[in-house]
Amino acid sequence: MRFATNLPPQWHARVSVGGMMRTVLYALVPALLAHVWFYGAGILLNSAIALLAGLATEAVCLRLGGKVTAPYLLDGSALVTALLLAFCLPPLCPWWVTVIGMVFAIGVAKHAYGGLGYNIFNPAMAGYVLVLVSFPEAMALWPAPDIGDLDYVRPDLAAILQYCLLGSLPDGLTIDAVARATTLDSAKEGLGLMQTMDEIRTSPGFGDFGGAGWEWINNCIAIGGFVLLLRGVIRWHTPAAVLGGLLTMATLGWLLDPDTHPSPGFHLFSGGAMLGAFFIATDPVSSPTTARGRLIYGAGIGILTYVIRTFGSYADGVAFAVLLMNVTVPLLERWTRPRVYGRVR
Amino acid sequence: MTDPIAYDAQPRRPAWGVRAPLRKSLATRRPILVAQPPPLVCISLAQCPGAAARATVVPGQRVLCGEPIGEPGGNGRPRVHASISGQVTHVEPRVVAGLSDPVPSIVISGDGTDERWPGYAPDPGAESRTSEDLQVGLATAGLLGLGGALFPTAHKVHTATGAPVLLLNGAECESYISCDDLLLRERAASIVAGGRLLLAALRGQRCIIAVKTDMPEARVALYNALRACGDPRLVMSVVTAKYPAGGERQLIELVLGREVPAGGHPADVGVLCQNVATAAAAADFFLRGQPLISRLVTVSGGGVARPCNIEARIGTPVSDLIALAGGYQRDPRRLIMGGPMMGVALPGDDLPITGATNCLIVATDADLGPAAGEMPCIRCGDCIEACPASLLPQELLVAARAGNAAELATLGVTECIECGACDYVCPSHIPLTRYFIRGKAALLST
Repeated sequence: MRFATNLPPQWHARVSVGGMMRTVLYALVPALLAHVWFYGAGILLNSAIALLAGLATEAVCLRLGGKVTAPYLLDGSALVTALLLAFCLPPLCPWWVTVIGMVFAIGVAKHAYGGLGYNIFNPAMAGYVLVLVSFPEAMALWPAPDIGDLDYVRPDLAAILQYCLLGSLPDGLTIDAVARATTLDSAKEGLGLMQTMDEIRTSPGFGDFGGAGWEWINNCIAIGGFVLLLRGVIRWHTPAAVLGGLLTMATLGWLLDPDTHPSPGFHLFSGGAMLGAFFIATDPVSSPTTARGRLIYGAGIGILTYVIRTFGSYADGVAFAVLLMNVTVPLLERWTRPRVYGRVR
Repeated sequence: MTDPIAYDAQPRRPAWGVRAPLRKSLATRRPILVAQPPPLVCISLAQCPGAAARATVVPGQRVLCGEPIGEPGGNGRPRVHASISGQVTHVEPRVVAGLSDPVPSIVISGDGTDERWPGYAPDPGAESRTSEDLQVGLATAGLLGLGGALFPTAHKVHTATGAPVLLLNGAECESYISCDDLLLRERAASIVAGGRLLLAALRGQRCIIAVKTDMPEARVALYNALRACGDPRLVMSVVTAKYPAGGERQLIELVLGREVPAGGHPADVGVLCQNVATAAAAADFFLRGQPLISRLVTVSGGGVARPCNIEARIGTPVSDLIALAGGYQRDPRRLIMGGPMMGVALPGDDLPITGATNCLIVATDADLGPAAGEMPCIRCGDCIEACPASLLPQELLVAARAGNAAELATLGVTECIECGACDYVCPSHIPLTRYFIRGKAALLST
């Protein structure tokens, strides 16, 4: 009997890039549901727009690069980027902002650098930072979370859709009535006005640690992060270092003066801390591959996030911190090369 | 009180390696099947690396089972013996399992009598012979590394003479393969006796027999054999069932905590490593007068009806062993000699087995898992965690693709043991090991 020959290894673990991406998507589902619960269907609309823009950009770039399109379009990476970008954008967001962010993320941050596996910067963060610095007013439109006891008007699906597509709200609704500052914004603004954290925290919208509602989304993101850890998609080093770096800095500041420094819990459960630690900083392509490299990289993101939140002009610093640390990855990889078995360093 | 037989109670946990489905129980459910002498064997004269042995028989000549038919070209190299009795029909280059080019071989047509050559007398007192004498005996017996490397045993012992530790490797870590497990279960006393003989040939001080956590029956059998033997120099060590824990350097690291220097040999850290089957074969020669004419072969996989371990004469065609294991079933896709990680896919089942044939896997699609297209490296780092040599496969890949020999050398491609662990875990299905084998060959040829 004749058989086909093949070079070893003869078999392979049941893992694939597409499988990893699917696990990331499943892990985001709890946070997505929480987002819809507190902020309505805006994130679903933004995700859909981002996905369409992302797939279209990907298809064009793959054609321009002369690559086969099908496996790359179907690997799920565009959907992951779209979802991560949508988690950063406010639920009330004009469609063209989402499209610009996504086209930049896929077209420039990913494909201009060589496509899947070659991008230096995290695509979702590059896209988000572009629209954050270009359209700051659009990025500030966070509606009040639906936590029951606030007297803000909550935009319904029709209002979200109208704002997204036409840039206006239905008659009787004004931007000021539906949107409000995020807790990170409030804290920054209040501290700038020489208020103490205790005074700032009396304003509506603050929850136990971070923003009411938003802190629950962060909880769900952390749960998703643990799913990724258990399924072996990510390793503990990066998220532990990000949260550890942020926690250390926040604790130091808070011990120094709790009146003028938000609590460590506030830092961990506000803004993009959890998303950054578990889903952004762990992006394999734009982060180091060695365990020690990941620890340094993650700690850098945590510390820079705190520095930008405290001393920078933007309320949150996760996206900037990630992009800054992305630049250091080649250097970290060289520094943290393990000693080869049997060799003297 | 510590157990005098257990070298260390706690199995060492390797930081590297992969856990693949073991699938050993397919073949371990049945006892060793001792195959009858086959009607025809084809025995390679070039089983171990280096110059082939010279044929000492001519076509038409009658030979007995165990009779020398090939004399080695150099000191310490193994003699070749007829594995059945019968008539020599051909002395010519033939293709044998595991090699793509024909090698000098001797074909014997069996007469079914299995008459033994009386030339080797059993020597119950062999242990008291000198080290040099025993080393000559190892070459005469035709012994080679039965773990699969086929390195001449006598030569290996000779170059390591005086090393204090003899490490007997029973930690077969590849999936499906269970021939060492069955040997330990059923013939542990032979392994222990062979260990003492090798120890005498080495002039070593202690012999550590390494087994794995996932072979409880073998551990019990070995424990009882060691207890019955009562030699305090022989102990047992248990290592974690993780691939590639049975690699020579990896096993030395796990059992002794020593690291073999790059470019060096285990003897540099005072160790000689031998497979348990080689030790048992040494006992067979010195105590029973039987040279190396057979070996245990695991025949397994979803494509054979009755997976089992077979004691087969060297030179038996693969198809005979498949028939003994119940024949083909389902839809066999690939015939693998060795394990699924490092084994080679044979082009056909008409090839004769060699001393390196520890396992034959008749693999179906269910055994192999789904095939997938290659994607770009996403730098997930899983290959780094798997690598037992602390290499950075993803960086080696970049250097190999760029043809950057200097960078390949800096990154340590020469320390790659070609275990395939990085390939196995790669989510992008990149054939990393193939790149590294080529890279190594290019470096060594310059």
